[in-house]
Amino acid sequence: MKKSKAVRYNKWGYIFLLPFIIVYVVFQFIPMVTTIYNSFFENYMSGLTQIGPKFVGLGNYQKLFSDGDIWIYAKNTMVLWIMCFIPQIILSLLLGAWFSDTLLKLKGQRFFKTVIYMPNLIMASAFSMLFFTLFSDGGPINSMLMQIGFISEPYKFLSNTGSARGLIAFMNCLMWFGNTTILLMAGMMGIDTSLFEAAEVDGATSTQVFFKITLPLLRPILVYVMITSLIGGLQLFDVPQILTNGTGDPMRSTMTLIMFLNKHLFSKNYGMAGAVSVLLFIITAVLSLIVFKVTGNDKRKG
Amino acid sequence: MKKKLISVLLSTTMIATILGGCGGGSNNDSSNAPADNTSTNTESNAPAADSNASTGDNASTGDNAATGGSAAAVADDGAVLNIYCWNEEFKSRITDHYPDYTEVDATTGTIGDVTVKWNITPNDDNAYQNNLDATLLKQADAAADDKIDIFLVEADYALKYVDTDYTMPVADLGITDADLSKQYQYTKDIVTDSNGVLKGLSWQACPGVLFYSREVAKEVFGTDDPAEIQNYVKDWDTFNDTAATLKDAGYSIVSSVNDTYRTYSNNVTSKWVVDGKINIDDNIMKWVDDSKELVDAGATGTHDLWSDDWSKGFYPEGKVFAYFGPAWLVNFSMAADTAGSIGNAGGWAATEGPQGFFWGGTWVCAATGTDNASIVKDIMLKMTTDDAIMTDIVVKDDDFVNNKPVMEALASGETKIMREGETEEHEYTSQILGGQNPLAMYCAGVDGLDLSNLSAYDQGCNEEFQHAMKNYFEGNATKEEALDLFYKSVVEKYPELTY
Repeated sequence: MKKSKAVRYNKWGYIFLLPFIIVYVVFQFIPMVTTIYNSFFENYMSGLTQIGPKFVGLGNYQKLFSDGDIWIYAKNTMVLWIMCFIPQIILSLLLGAWFSDTLLKLKGQRFFKTVIYMPNLIMASAFSMLFFTLFSDGGPINSMLMQIGFISEPYKFLSNTGSARGLIAFMNCLMWFGNTTILLMAGMMGIDTSLFEAAEVDGATSTQVFFKITLPLLRPILVYVMITSLIGGLQLFDVPQILTNGTGDPMRSTMTLIMFLNKHLFSKNYGMAGAVSVLLFIITAVLSLIVFKVTGNDKRKG
Repeated sequence: MKKKLISVLLSTTMIATILGGCGGGSNNDSSNAPADNTSTNTESNAPAADSNASTGDNASTGDNAATGGSAAAVADDGAVLNIYCWNEEFKSRITDHYPDYTEVDATTGTIGDVTVKWNITPNDDNAYQNNLDATLLKQADAAADDKIDIFLVEADYALKYVDTDYTMPVADLGITDADLSKQYQYTKDIVTDSNGVLKGLSWQACPGVLFYSREVAKEVFGTDDPAEIQNYVKDWDTFNDTAATLKDAGYSIVSSVNDTYRTYSNNVTSKWVVDGKINIDDNIMKWVDDSKELVDAGATGTHDLWSDDWSKGFYPEGKVFAYFGPAWLVNFSMAADTAGSIGNAGGWAATEGPQGFFWGGTWVCAATGTDNASIVKDIMLKMTTDDAIMTDIVVKDDDFVNNKPVMEALASGETKIMREGETEEHEYTSQILGGQNPLAMYCAGVDGLDLSNLSAYDQGCNEEFQHAMKNYFEGNATKEEALDLFYKSVVEKYPELTY
């Protein structure tokens, strides 16, 4: 028997990986596979009676596409995400630049950082209940607008497509811009300060510094923010669900993909719900890939 | 660190206040009859309660003897009686009125040497039904002490349970038709399965009437006499004409189109689902057309029931003429305890309105596999058929009980009542209705109810229909688009249906 001289630590690597692998397999991988498996079956409850499971192949997908509504909900989701993401990223970049600017030396930074993060601490459901009350037909916002003579009749915020979507986007923006700001700020603070100093010596304006130095060097973080926000946006559920009481009113123009998925769970329709989930998975994957390519982060092609 | 602490504190308080607000709101959400009344007058009614006990006992022993044969097949040796319900109402009725019940703590009690376990799951978000479904499906394999013995259901989804073998026919418990002769027919229609077998009983009936504001009536029509006002709302055409008159005077006839919905939907001639196909009754379509006209004319709103906007009319500033509802609505849900509300000043009056309807109510069902059949039977009999106990429920809890002779005696003034703090007996009157005795109207309304057209899909169909039509009323969709949306939503909920 010959003992190898080098002590091998490989096994510790695997042991330390184990907890993640176990959690991933149990809570992510197995559910994903069963979801895909379930999407090929007709399987739901009618009252207390179980219907199925009966193998129907791609029947659920066929139904989904022949109805065609899924694209409307996908479009709603994207519209809501874009309406929320654009103001959010502008606001966050601006705040991030101000907070990380060593020349500006803003006072009370910690206070403001806390304040802008706070909306994120509130439960989305509580937040939407609050907005629901504020913007109801006889709510405080309407009475205020009427008192200052801006409108004469109460404006039905939740019965008009534009205002309903606007409210949802605004709430999401409000809830997440603090989080984005902190991420971007971390990125900005990671940029070598000597670059800023050099630019200053060369007489660059702060606009030039922002666009020529900060933004390009921030790209990896921006891509990360964009992808996480996109995935979050596609899974948008709680705010519109509670704000519209699950109806997606008016005329389902605020119905997101996950709200549609949730509709199928009333009858525990695992088949259809599975099909919607798989589709959502594919959409998310494709969109993430596109973002990845477009922003030129794909290192594989050098 | 300090700032972090403060921010955490701040946000916690914020969440707490917001949640507090929701809590208050969601209490209103339950569509069943209201929670317990405040007046509990055990002292002065003690003799009455005693006599209940004896009559009740006699009655049930008699029945046992007569129908013992059929009941014998059911197990009767259980040590735990499991009751599934969604609020405290039935529990407080049992605590106050069921003679052998002793309360132990908030979720347990005893009847003789049997332990009573209350499994209370709130109604919100279908939680009660989800929990009940899961437990019922495991009923056959559950240990004896975990088996459901009694569960409660509401009208909207009663058939979902009644039309299965999970619910036991009341006849199998040894309860005969003769025992139930005094109950209102509609309360039996709701829990009769598709084969005509009765599977549940209720202690209450919830006939609805039209509550209107006396003040507005005087101002617009020059009188607040219920008989005269009835002429203005006697049928839907007159009702809609009256809406125009009220609109000109600056009032909404009802708070929302959803107020009138039940009155139409309880008077349908066909079911929501016929042979697996969704079917919209003509009377429901009449509701759509009538309501669209009212909304377009600005005579009423489109708020959801229980929303803040809907409740504004509980106060004079809300400028609402009337609400449709049963006794519990005006007694417990229309802010009668709040100073400044119409109810607080005794400013409502009741009249029959265009059509009879009902709203709410709780049915007691026995679960198949119960091991406490005789107690279940006794609870059902005492709570839903015993005259003395039921009169007591009216007096103490202001419920409208499911007992025709009892209610008619109270309506005519034949039965006098005496409440806590009162020195002499008097006819039943309602403070909130300005001293009116509305019981005769409720009795008249409940007699005409025909609910043989219920289906197991009613809850989903009614909800989705109102949601979808809101888009039509508000001008966001044409009638066809709104109907399409309705069909789509129903098929999502019930994939087995077609349209």
